[in-house]
Amino acid sequence: MNWYKYASPTAFYPLAGRLIPWFAIPAALLFIAGLYVGFFVAPTDFQQGEAYRIIFIHVPAAWMGMLLYLLMAGYAAIGWAFNARLASMMASSISITGASFTLLSLVTGALWGKPTWGTWWVWDARLTSTLILLFLYIGFISLQAAIDDPKRADRAGAVLAIVGVVNVPIIYFSVEWWNTLHQGATIRILGKPSIAPPMLAALLIMLAACWLYSIAVTLTRLRCIIMEREQHINLVNAESRGGLQTSVQA
Amino acid sequence: MNWKDFFNMGGYAFYVWGSYLTMLILIGGEVLAVSLRKQKLATRQFSRNSTSEDGNQ
Repeated sequence: MNWYKYASPTAFYPLAGRLIPWFAIPAALLFIAGLYVGFFVAPTDFQQGEAYRIIFIHVPAAWMGMLLYLLMAGYAAIGWAFNARLASMMASSISITGASFTLLSLVTGALWGKPTWGTWWVWDARLTSTLILLFLYIGFISLQAAIDDPKRADRAGAVLAIVGVVNVPIIYFSVEWWNTLHQGATIRILGKPSIAPPMLAALLIMLAACWLYSIAVTLTRLRCIIMEREQHINLVNAESRGGLQTSVQA
Repeated sequence: MNWKDFFNMGGYAFYVWGSYLTMLILIGGEVLAVSLRKQKLATRQFSRNSTSEDGNQ
């Protein structure tokens, strides 16, 4: 099987369509499971009471915001370097989901900050760098929307996305580099997490759900982008007949 | 734990349910937006297919 053929948007279009349910359905099931464990199994926190339950969306959302940015910049870079249209389309598709998760992490952060810190917002290192991440996403989306020629839009977006990557490690290490109000990492790659097992389980299930959801929604949007950009090719027929067919445009 | 206590969230109802509502709005909104976009494209493609098959473009 020649996998390189899927680098072509028109060849990837039907494959993406077949893949979507395999991510969307488990995502929905894991969201339900995560919410169940988060609300009915995980105990009340001895310091924060029930307010801590915001963690089950706040932390996965913040991680998704950062990871999707890296993924978006990676795809944008591949698209730019190798002139791979599909990779550039993937970057555009990811940008919306990434922006949405970053906004979610900021809003839930504010809703969590008010009862625990006594304020909705502080200009501390982590919050400010996450706000910059949201602006980078918005900048990428509006830059691409402002340029009519898709090729030029992809290139301009790639430059912005790649330059912005520097912000991601700043967000991640901000709690160690600066003295901030935001707490340090709860889960580390090395070492024991500082959280009760059912809480950790709910957090990881929600994270997995967010990943699967992101893949499903990005692939769906990618199919729309392919359809919009490759208008000369008849994708609906290609999918229903199981092959590719170029329709002749008068 | 009864349902009243559950919805009260130990006095943090606004913050906790506000967070989950925000998630619902953002994810639901994204799903809705992307399905509308898909539907619009499908209708356009369909109408184009029918015109091209009639041969009177």
